[in-house]
Amino acid sequence: MKKTEQCKLIKKTEIIPGIFDFVIESDEISKAAQCGQFLHIKCGDKTFLRRPISICDAGDGTVRFIFEVKGEGTEELSDIPEGGYINILGPLGHGFEIKDYKNPLIIGGGIGVFPLYKLAKDLGGEANVFLGFRDKSRVVMEDEFKAVSGMCVIGTDDGSYGYNGYIASAMENYIKDNPCGVIFSCGPAPMLKAVKSIAEGSGIECQLSLEQRMGCGIGACLVCSCETIFEGMNRYMRVCKNGPVFDSRVVKL
Amino acid sequence: MSDINMSVNFCGIEFKNPIVTASGTFGFGSEYNEYAALSEYGGIGTKGITRRERAGNAPPRIAETPSGILNSVGLQNPGVEAFAADIMPRLAEIDTNVIVNMSGNTIEEYCEMAEILSDTDAAAIEMNISCPNVRHGGLAFGTNPDVVYELTREVKAVSKKPLVVKLSPNVTSVTDIALAAQRGGADALSLINTLLGMKIDINTRRPVLANNMGGLSGPAVKPVAVRMIYQTAQAADIPIIGMGGVMSGADVIELMLAGASLVALGTGMFIEPDLILRVKREMAEYCAKFGITDITELTGAVKIN
Repeated sequence: MKKTEQCKLIKKTEIIPGIFDFVIESDEISKAAQCGQFLHIKCGDKTFLRRPISICDAGDGTVRFIFEVKGEGTEELSDIPEGGYINILGPLGHGFEIKDYKNPLIIGGGIGVFPLYKLAKDLGGEANVFLGFRDKSRVVMEDEFKAVSGMCVIGTDDGSYGYNGYIASAMENYIKDNPCGVIFSCGPAPMLKAVKSIAEGSGIECQLSLEQRMGCGIGACLVCSCETIFEGMNRYMRVCKNGPVFDSRVVKL
Repeated sequence: MSDINMSVNFCGIEFKNPIVTASGTFGFGSEYNEYAALSEYGGIGTKGITRRERAGNAPPRIAETPSGILNSVGLQNPGVEAFAADIMPRLAEIDTNVIVNMSGNTIEEYCEMAEILSDTDAAAIEMNISCPNVRHGGLAFGTNPDVVYELTREVKAVSKKPLVVKLSPNVTSVTDIALAAQRGGADALSLINTLLGMKIDINTRRPVLANNMGGLSGPAVKPVAVRMIYQTAQAADIPIIGMGGVMSGADVIELMLAGASLVALGTGMFIEPDLILRVKREMAEYCAKFGITDITELTGAVKIN
């Protein structure tokens, strides 16, 4: 039987204001975790529901996740001290599928870059990575991604660092001359929309990681729906169970 | 622990323990089965089904509230025929009772579903009269005693399974509705369904739910559930499945004392998918502490001041 686990927080870092990098101890989750999956986390006593947070990295009996303080739940979570315990359900969901792709490309935006880190590692450090942020002050994990990727392009929406403009445009220009076999993406909805359109326009397979407010996290309650087209029919699928990673051709954004 | 009789005879059906699941929170059981075997439950209440497949409402379908949630799933389900053909046979193999929840738009739809479900291995049918709008001038079924009476009578006439009528708390007098269902021939009642609620994001000034309003569940509604179960148990003679904000064995006991024969877990499982295991342990501890040898002693045993 699967179960929830009380996991010890062994390392906590506020990497930039409001964004926390947590490493917890758990042999079971560490072994089971696949890139693109998420943890369903009980943040504390003040908030009722668990919060889904994507796995950034896992291995050696530890699991790492990074989150932005956005509301009461993440605020409460960020208050847990090193040495404290966190109740975790997971790993959950359908993550990125890694097949024998030629020239894989990864594109992430904002706090959507975190689940892409383990993916980049699992792709053998060969993928070309494009990461976009709002401005220079919000750039995170640059050195870490550079260490696990082929080429790594960093961009900012306001041009204050790296590529000037939306990172999807940088990717679009790049793939014109450098064909890629697959695109993996996670980030804000406008970016995912652009990536989906570019990928499908170029006939490139594309896997998108989506976000939605969740209830149970295991596929029973049907609240975290996303619109999809599957076998020619429009239907809602469950982000927590069918996703969070979907083939771009299936989801409507 | 073994000297406590946890079994409950409900509408002539033997439940190995009084714990069931609340429709709509449990899907068709396969997901939760990975956390606690479905045979742990006395019975399982399945996701509400309708005459035809329904896609459900647009997301977001959930909003967190103090000690609870609002949901507006909108009865996403494969339809009664797919349920009867593909899902029910699988559930029938499990050592538990299956209570199938159904919702209709018209009396005819309810009757058609009851007929189809009568030929399955379902233990009982739970009729949701709290959700849909009907052709009766747009009135919800569950809020008009005359409609509840007529609907219950018609469905009972074609149902070969015990009929449980699920009551809405969104009424002035829950006992009027309960008695109407009883007069119509209901074998049992279940309550409470969710309380209609709303949450507004003050930054965007928009409701958080795409559907604007939704049903409130979780610990926030438990006192309302206890009160309505108590009032209904006092007024009606048929047994009750109690539900509303159960998070522990103590909560199950409380709903039983108010008058419930069976108690459903629902929203609480979102936090603790194996909640059933802790609930059963805590109930056994309570029974041991108070020398209770038969769990049915608790039903309606509240001592009113």
